[in-house]
Amino acid sequence: MNHALEALSQALTLVVRWDETLASIVRLSLEVSGSALFFGALLGLPLGAVLGATQFRGRGLVVALLQSLLGVPSVVVGVVVFLLLSRAGPLGFLGWLYDPAGMVVAQTLLVAPLVAAITRQVVEGARERLAEELTMMRLGFAERLFALIYDCRFSLLLALFSGFARAASEVGAVMIVGGNIEGMTRVMTTAIALETAKGDLTLALALGIVLVGIVATIHLVASGLEALARRRAEG
Amino acid sequence: MAVLPVDVQGVSWPSEAQPVLRNLTWRIAGDGITAILGENGAGKSSLLRLVAGLMRPAGGTVTWGGATTPPAAIRWVAQQPQFLRASVATNLWFAALPLPGRWSAKRKRIAAVLERVGLAERANEPALRLSGGERQRLALARAWLAQPELLLLDEPTANLDPGATAAVERLIQEMRSSGIRIVMTTHHLAQAARLSDEVVFLADGEIAEQTPTRQFFAAPKSVAARRFIRSETPWWFRLPE
Ligand SMILES: Nc1ncnc2c1ncn2[C@@H]1O[C@H](COP(=O)(O)OP(=O)(O)O)[C@@H](O)[C@H]1O
Ligand SMILES: [Mg+2]
Repeated sequence: MNHALEALSQALTLVVRWDETLASIVRLSLEVSGSALFFGALLGLPLGAVLGATQFRGRGLVVALLQSLLGVPSVVVGVVVFLLLSRAGPLGFLGWLYDPAGMVVAQTLLVAPLVAAITRQVVEGARERLAEELTMMRLGFAERLFALIYDCRFSLLLALFSGFARAASEVGAVMIVGGNIEGMTRVMTTAIALETAKGDLTLALALGIVLVGIVATIHLVASGLEALARRRAEG
Repeated sequence: MAVLPVDVQGVSWPSEAQPVLRNLTWRIAGDGITAILGENGAGKSSLLRLVAGLMRPAGGTVTWGGATTPPAAIRWVAQQPQFLRASVATNLWFAALPLPGRWSAKRKRIAAVLERVGLAERANEPALRLSGGERQRLALARAWLAQPELLLLDEPTANLDPGATAAVERLIQEMRSSGIRIVMTTHHLAQAARLSDEVVFLADGEIAEQTPTRQFFAAPKSVAARRFIRSETPWWFRLPE
């Protein structure tokens, strides 16, 4: 008990003093997960929007496939990306293994299906409500997509933040692909895992506090923005 | 591409086996306002959707100026119009997207239409915050923006109070004066009498009669229409035998 309390107080001191090691780990985490969000959204938003806005044969199958991708554990994504990026693998020439670039690839693969799945769901809801109106407005395919995405813009904002949270809080993929190399590929989650295993609870706890703080802050800000914007747009 | 005449030829819907509309033939041509009357569930809304091209018939054909695909110059206003989660003006902006012309002209047209339906002051308010009457007027504005050849209105004043109803009816008359051919459904006899030039009476999935409005109320030809008028008017109202 004493031990835990002591670790907590030391961890808080570390956070408050914004220790250099801690800061560099947090910075890399934000860079990797932020980039993963960017690329994941770049893939997931259009894919989800098209799936939600259209009806075609085999669409149900694609949606089910997408949904099941959500359940793939991050370690499995890590292994797949590891195989792709390893020296003997098809993308080995890139030299991205044990490199932040490879970690971005792995997290992008985690973010994209989540963003796509949420986008598909909200856009489909909007389509059911608006399909006849948009048809009678004679909107073309791209205009229709634009209108549906515009209608869902607040929910999509939340989808993006969920995507970031998923990336920032996963361990398995970045551990396998990045290798948790100090000063190079060590991010918050992998550092927490390692320091705890080593018995150094101080840094682990400090990083945990920062991680939870970041995710919670983002969620609060996002929900606040969403509620505010929604109130202004919906009355 | 001309919209009129719209030819509905031997149309059955939703299926030939259990039709709500059966082997229905109807031509929409000329000008003015046609009111489609009929009991609840007679198939008025379905007929409008078929004419709008939103649904395909199970049997028979619908053609627009001879073409088998619905042309651009038709607009349809749902009984409960839906809008984007956006301001009144943005909703019209989206409706203007596919219209021809320069944006400077479109912006002017949006402002003019908003003025005409009395929503200019509320242009920046969320469309979803509007009252029932205002929503209906916004839906009319959205349709009017395109200056369609044919406008289909599904119970445009259902659930509106008398004041809002009067405002919507004034707009319908204005739109008609601007040269738009209008077909509307209603179950208000008085509204059909006030607005329409012609009544189409739907019963048992068929057009029981299609008569000039004056004649319809003075001397309906079909038994179904006589019964309908009797059920919708006070006891002291007597139809000539
Ligand atoms: N998509 C559909 N498929 C099958 N039947 C339908 C469908 N939509 C409506 N109906 C039925 O068709 C009938 C006519 O409906 P509707 O056209 O809305 O009548 P009205 O507008 O005259 O009240 C109703 O009995 C309704 O249940
Ligand atoms: Mg109806």
